[in-house]
Amino acid sequence: MYDSDGSTMVFWHALDVPEQPAGTSFGAVLVFDIPPKGTNVTLSEVLEQHRDPVTDIAAEQGQAPDGAGDLVTADDSGTLCLWSSGEEFTLLGVIPGSGSTCSSVRLWNGIVAAGYGDGQIRLWEAGSGRIRAQVSAHARWIYALDLAPLTGKCPILPHGSATSVVSPRSLRSPQLLSGAEDSFVHVWELSRNPDTDDIEVSPGLGRGTRSHSCSLGNGDLAGDGDAALGAAAEIWEPRTDPLPPQIQHCHAERVTDTQVCGARFCDPAGDTFAVTGYDLSEILCYGSV
Amino acid sequence: MSSRTLPLLFLNLGGEMLYILDQRLRAQSIPGEKARKVMNDIIATMFNKKFIEELFKPQDLYSKKALRTVYDRLAHASIMRLNQASMDKLYDLMTMAFKYQVLLCPRPRDILLVTYNHLDTIKDFISDSPGILNQVDETLRRLIETYNCLSDGEFQLIRQTLLIFFQDMHIRVSIFLKDKVQNSNGRFVLPISGPVPWGTEVPGLIRIFNHKGVEVKRAEFTTAGNYVIPQREGSFELYGDRVLKLGTNMYSMTRPVETHMSRSSKKLVSQAKENIAPNPLAKEELNFLARLLGGLDIQKPAGGETGFRLNLFTTDEEEEHAAQTRPEELSYKVINIEATQEPGRREELSRILGELEVTEPRPGSAEKGEDLLALMDGL
Repeated sequence: MYDSDGSTMVFWHALDVPEQPAGTSFGAVLVFDIPPKGTNVTLSEVLEQHRDPVTDIAAEQGQAPDGAGDLVTADDSGTLCLWSSGEEFTLLGVIPGSGSTCSSVRLWNGIVAAGYGDGQIRLWEAGSGRIRAQVSAHARWIYALDLAPLTGKCPILPHGSATSVVSPRSLRSPQLLSGAEDSFVHVWELSRNPDTDDIEVSPGLGRGTRSHSCSLGNGDLAGDGDAALGAAAEIWEPRTDPLPPQIQHCHAERVTDTQVCGARFCDPAGDTFAVTGYDLSEILCYGSV
Repeated sequence: MSSRTLPLLFLNLGGEMLYILDQRLRAQSIPGEKARKVMNDIIATMFNKKFIEELFKPQDLYSKKALRTVYDRLAHASIMRLNQASMDKLYDLMTMAFKYQVLLCPRPRDILLVTYNHLDTIKDFISDSPGILNQVDETLRRLIETYNCLSDGEFQLIRQTLLIFFQDMHIRVSIFLKDKVQNSNGRFVLPISGPVPWGTEVPGLIRIFNHKGVEVKRAEFTTAGNYVIPQREGSFELYGDRVLKLGTNMYSMTRPVETHMSRSSKKLVSQAKENIAPNPLAKEELNFLARLLGGLDIQKPAGGETGFRLNLFTTDEEEEHAAQTRPEELSYKVINIEATQEPGRREELSRILGELEVTEPRPGSAEKGEDLLALMDGL
């Protein structure tokens, strides 16, 4: 750990790696106590739940609904673990992976946004562990996800999308940024409000009843993690769904001939973002006009 | 970083080296017998059982300099000689080719398909030598055993380890420039069309599910990319259609292969200064594998056959010119080791050095550890 200008190392912790064939991490998450002042950082807990190397950790950037937890961890097998922090961390739920590495994860208002090695972005409901959205976002491994929690600008979606929906701007619609090896960076808008154009899920229609589903003809359940959905349902089975998560595509940026390795918003409103790539010694900055 | 990377680095670079040597041997009209002998000797050395065993032990990657020395030894495992300039050019071509292949691998685990492509073609080079063929097959089996079961994440780590090794190398190769896979600034072209990796969906679809997991909405978005579904997955077995073209032999007899040295920029020079500062551990680092290779018994050519010099350039004058004009920061500064003079530092090392041979196993002479080879010859 370093101080805020990066010039001084204030703390380091050596890992007790057991004598094993080299190269594999053991999936533990270490929790450190950092005092408000001074450098007396101490190891307070070791969370052992993941069986594969941990790839990313994210804290809630908005407001967690009840039971949703405020920390998510992801690993090489695509498994996500949800925790609530405190004196001691408590495991709230596990979303098993389906083979593809989860390389990057973010948590906002009880929605887990996860980026995978197969180029997909998936949104999960943190409280129930159910999948809420699946996006074929990239043609290659997603390296980076970032979330700007405050309101951002979103340009009008281009025509030509089969069923483009332009939802009214809401007060809390954060932007999600994804960067991948396919040389693309995408900006997405997340929201957690009823979609006024979508008559199927609206607060007016019978609460607690099953709404009409527009599906592939046989009411497909999400293919991934079916067993987990059943198990997770035991934790919390919602009878209403007044605030379904939504995701829309806002903008695509091609970083020609560059495999994007890092992408981050530079401000909480998501008006600018920075990109890094393999073999690139520059940091590229993009801003919306 | 992954400690399982060295076998993949070594075998793929070795494969590229053989492709280039094969092309140059033909271009220079080296007599068939000599050419075959050179290829056989190098391949036999590369796939020597003890050597492969050491290679597969979990370990860090060697430095660029150390690895270069290993290939120097390998290229001289037979009756062929290369001048410094030709060896430099050979190494440039090998490394840029493999860098390209790693970068463009659709999935991290497809690096295995690239490796299998190299080994498949190597088997074609020595199809008339069952003993060496068996060595290559053994190595293939070992690769399958070690790597086929690794996860995507572990392969991505291996890939990243390789990419770090190749970082900042931008030597321009004329065959790449002509085929438009490399830009004039030395960077590789990343296409945004063609088949997506096996297991990935074509980008563009958003599916929304309700709280019961039922899909309730679909939306599409468009980008500049123009991707299609792949037809089938490549085979990871001992034999099979790999499907992927990366790692196959792109050199044909008629295409000359040139490299251009990039103009040095200030940045490149300062980076290179770090790399070529005298390293007190250099000789230590150089390195178990090079000593293994250095201790091999180089065959005296039978029947009065003389050695020959291979030129990676079109004329001797070109080679001489290249040697004189190679930018300082791109020089490999190879350290020469006389392995025979260095006392064995470890008992194990000395023992192995003593046992290594390049001879073709004769039927009936089952030496310790070569039962399998003798068995193959006896069939």
